[in-house]
Amino acid sequence: MSGLFSWDAWATVWNHRESFLLGLGNTLLTAFSALVLAFAIGAVIGLMATSGKKPLKFIARVYVEFIQNTPLLLQLCFLYYALAFAGLSLGVIRTGIIALGVYTGAYMGEVVRAAIESVPKGQFEAAQAQGFNYLQRMGYIILPQSIPVMLPPMVNQVVNLFKNTSCLYIVGGADLISVTYSFVTGASTGGAYAPAYIVCGAIFFVVCFPLSTLATRWEASLKERKGKADPALRAVKRTALKEAA
Amino acid sequence: MIKLEHVEKYFGDLHVLKDINLEVAEGEKLVIIGPSGSGKSTTVRCMNFLEEPTSGHVYIDGQELTSKNKTKLVRETTSMVFQQFNLYPHMTVLKNLTLAPMKLHHKTKQEAEELAYHYLEVVGLRDKANVYPTQLSGGQQQRIAIARALCAQTKIILFDEPTSALDPETIQEVLDVMVNLAHEKNITMVVVTHEMGFARQVADRVVFMADGQIIEEGTPEHFFTNPKNERVRQFLGKIIR
Repeated sequence: MSGLFSWDAWATVWNHRESFLLGLGNTLLTAFSALVLAFAIGAVIGLMATSGKKPLKFIARVYVEFIQNTPLLLQLCFLYYALAFAGLSLGVIRTGIIALGVYTGAYMGEVVRAAIESVPKGQFEAAQAQGFNYLQRMGYIILPQSIPVMLPPMVNQVVNLFKNTSCLYIVGGADLISVTYSFVTGASTGGAYAPAYIVCGAIFFVVCFPLSTLATRWEASLKERKGKADPALRAVKRTALKEAA
Repeated sequence: MIKLEHVEKYFGDLHVLKDINLEVAEGEKLVIIGPSGSGKSTTVRCMNFLEEPTSGHVYIDGQELTSKNKTKLVRETTSMVFQQFNLYPHMTVLKNLTLAPMKLHHKTKQEAEELAYHYLEVVGLRDKANVYPTQLSGGQQQRIAIARALCAQTKIILFDEPTSALDPETIQEVLDVMVNLAHEKNITMVVVTHEMGFARQVADRVVFMADGQIIEEGTPEHFFTNPKNERVRQFLGKIIR
């Protein structure tokens, strides 16, 4: 063995490629299932927060504040050991899915709330004055206008969720980070930690970078379109251009 | 047709409507005027429960309006035209006009579109059926909003300062449409406006509000020639030059 980045070290990682792929598989499975849960929670919390009903708003607020102001790692440990203590052993992956889903759900809820609140009040009033009920107002008028607004920040939450699977290692998960961690601390593989961490990081980057780029571009094009659609803004731009000329 | 009985409205500590009693007959064209902050808009918004009164009763067509029956009763009886038009920006003009008839009034697509084109004709914008609201001027948007209200074919149309957000040069085109509409005998119109010429031309009755109260009411004739109340005189003196 010579040096952190020796050929031997890279070869060790390559020989264990299957465990890394398995780890990636577990991470993807956990992230995807947690995402489904987070979407469901986010939709419910977001609708509660914008419902105008005080008790519902309050519950949504408490949930979001509680989740956002305590560490994910703590929530995960708490859930894992609390469930174990209650005699429920769901296994690391399912516990991880629940913890990450509940955590990301709070952020998704905020995204949904902000997007719904970005729709002008007059739209709600026009729909109500026409006699649409709550579900119809949301379905025909409010959500079609707010979903384009919520998608980019949601993609960012997906990126965060994917990276947050790394917290699973605290309860001994089988995800990519946990696999990497046991690899670099393993008796036979321990010397190869530099390449192992690089490979792990590269995998995360390859998944996350396209997603976050997509979100950024999406958001920019949305702003562009909104600018075009708004006659007032257009007028301001025109005047600014004239003045510049 | 519409009856407000002892209606009180508070926004927090702010007492915006003080014991409003008002009856609007079927087919009547009622214009509500008064300084800003006098509660005109809140009064008209109580008529379709966009604002629910803190106390008092609102009756539409003899039925009491409640938070339980408001969606259904409002759908069947009233339409509203807003200061900011509030057209749905993600839909074409035609979609804006056909949504409620199709989803709420059980019209087929064909019936709804025939209705939409008919009322687009009425407001003189038939050629704009397939454009999006943001591509139209304020005056055109408001005419579309009036067409949308007409598509619901309700007996009551509420207008909440329909020309206040418009450029001066487009106000007249909207007023013209409203004046034509006022010739329809069976439509009840309640109009909150600062357009005194319009009030004079179409109102059966004018109500003057100040500080959340109805100060004076009467025919336009009475109002513009010989108002009793000093506040009304002052207001009209300022607004009519």
